Amino acid sequence: MHHWIIAPVVLPAILAPLIVLGMRGNLTLQRLAGLSGTIALAVISGGLLVAATHTPAESYHVGNWPAPFGIVLMLDRLSALMLTLTAALALVVQAYAIATGWDAKGRHFHALFLFQLMGLNGAFLTADAFNLFVFFEVLLIASYGLMIHAAGKDRLRAGIQYIAFNLIASTLFLFALGTVYAVTGTLNMADLALKVAALPEGDAALIRVAAILMLSVFAIKGALVPLQFWLPGTYANAPGPVAALFAIMTKVGAYAIIRTTTLIFPPDAAPIGTLITDLMLPAALVTLVVGAIGTLGATTLPRLAAFAAIASMGTLFTALATFTPQATTAALYYLIHSTLAAAAIFLISDLVTARRGSAALTAQAPIAQQGPLAAAFFATAIALAGMPPLSGFLGKLLILDATRDNAPLIWTTLLVTSFLMILGLARAGSTLFWKSHATEGTPPHHAPQPMAFAATATLLLALAALTAMAGPVTDWLATTAQQLHDPAAYIAANRMGEDP
Amino acid sequence: MEALIATAIGALTASGLYLMLRQRTFPLILGLTLISYAVNLFLFASGRLVTGLPAIIAKDAPGYTDPLPQALVLTAIVISFGMTAVIVLMSLGAWLSGGHDRTDMDEAE
Repeated sequence: MHHWIIAPVVLPAILAPLIVLGMRGNLTLQRLAGLSGTIALAVISGGLLVAATHTPAESYHVGNWPAPFGIVLMLDRLSALMLTLTAALALVVQAYAIATGWDAKGRHFHALFLFQLMGLNGAFLTADAFNLFVFFEVLLIASYGLMIHAAGKDRLRAGIQYIAFNLIASTLFLFALGTVYAVTGTLNMADLALKVAALPEGDAALIRVAAILMLSVFAIKGALVPLQFWLPGTYANAPGPVAALFAIMTKVGAYAIIRTTTLIFPPDAAPIGTLITDLMLPAALVTLVVGAIGTLGATTLPRLAAFAAIASMGTLFTALATFTPQATTAALYYLIHSTLAAAAIFLISDLVTARRGSAALTAQAPIAQQGPLAAAFFATAIALAGMPPLSGFLGKLLILDATRDNAPLIWTTLLVTSFLMILGLARAGSTLFWKSHATEGTPPHHAPQPMAFAATATLLLALAALTAMAGPVTDWLATTAQQLHDPAAYIAANRMGEDP
Repeated sequence: MEALIATAIGALTASGLYLMLRQRTFPLILGLTLISYAVNLFLFASGRLVTGLPAIIAKDAPGYTDPLPQALVLTAIVISFGMTAVIVLMSLGAWLSGGHDRTDMDEAE
């Protein structure tokens, strides 16, 4: 079991260069290798999830260097959950990209895809703050390539904004890490937890600066207002399947915030106090409002999907800002739900845009396969807006239940924005699918692409499964949240100072 | 020396920020480069500034300079170099396909 912890990083790191070097001209071979790589990742991640469920957190000392000097990877329930979610999403998205031929519109899709997975898996596994920066860069540089896949004028310019924004974020991250290292003398997260808790009075101001810098970097990743500007342009201009994969990218920011706020900067650490949660709650609520208004005002379908993604991040951060085990459980449930739902809306948006020929939200003649597309759109819209019976409703209910203490503010914002999102999504759906019946004529021919529909349906089935299995899933997540809010076991599992 | 390093970091960051706000790709790239220089200096200084002390263990060393920030800086330099190369190529692509070098998205989107 031990060495399997690093497999989700090593496997794509070996396979991706092989695809670039050995299968350059052969798309079939690339697809085969890419798909089998992702399937293997899904199997490994599933195995790690089972292992993490039955055993306490486990560490992997890279190169057998003792902690806190070497780099440590840690597998706990949260890491295993994120790995599994990433692999499952990646499998669906890759199948979709192959089925629609997106991967043939440019070079190196599958290699970049695997590098992206390597960066994501590494970021979820690492227990070293500088290593987290390195894996962020790995996933970002792959995402730059994926974002401009198939090129095009608008996509390239949106890509420059995306890269510039993230380069600034990376620089901020380095400033934060430099400050953290200058104050505490360590970058191992478990060691940081101990050092920050025992920090002398005089260094409190510096560590607060570092904490806020670091949190703003993760907020850029998680598209928290006022740092969300990169998201709509990037997601709306990225190729459909890439935007669907990026649904997990914002969750990297959420994951990093969960990890750092529970482990390194908890509210009960004297130098930090409630500083982070006090800042995060208003930002999260504004994010929610911006996302909902954006959904209502979006002029194209991909932008609508992007703003729905922003709103879901707002909901997620609202729960995280409450910072109780119950709220964390709700946040994790909503995290799984919103990843799947956001990916589904981006895939549907891509299917619809390909058939309509334009992304604009205006009434047009009927399109090929209108019926199934309309059904899928409305199911996803119900999930996104948080209406019963799908998991979005349960997720929001859990969050409402966990935020009773601050009910007037949070409940009002959550419920009003949900209403705005219902309006926005209903408006888009009726423009796209119902008003088209006013125009006569046969829809222009388009290949049925059953595989692409199957991939999208898989996401919706996963949402349905998440709803049906809500009881066992929340029980599992409650234990995870308990583990996160009591980091002593995580720190002990680092085996600091011992020979690995 | 502390004042000199701090001024250098501040000046580089300020110039970099100014250039980045110009909304043209060439100043943007220069600005990003300046800021990455600033952060490299900053990381280097995070291990405390000392003069004339070795980083490698020796029997007759009077003290040591912290070697870890040097390794961090090396990693940061390599990464920022790679990232700059990517954004230069992307900017060239956007300039060749779009016909201008503005970074905002004015018309259509």
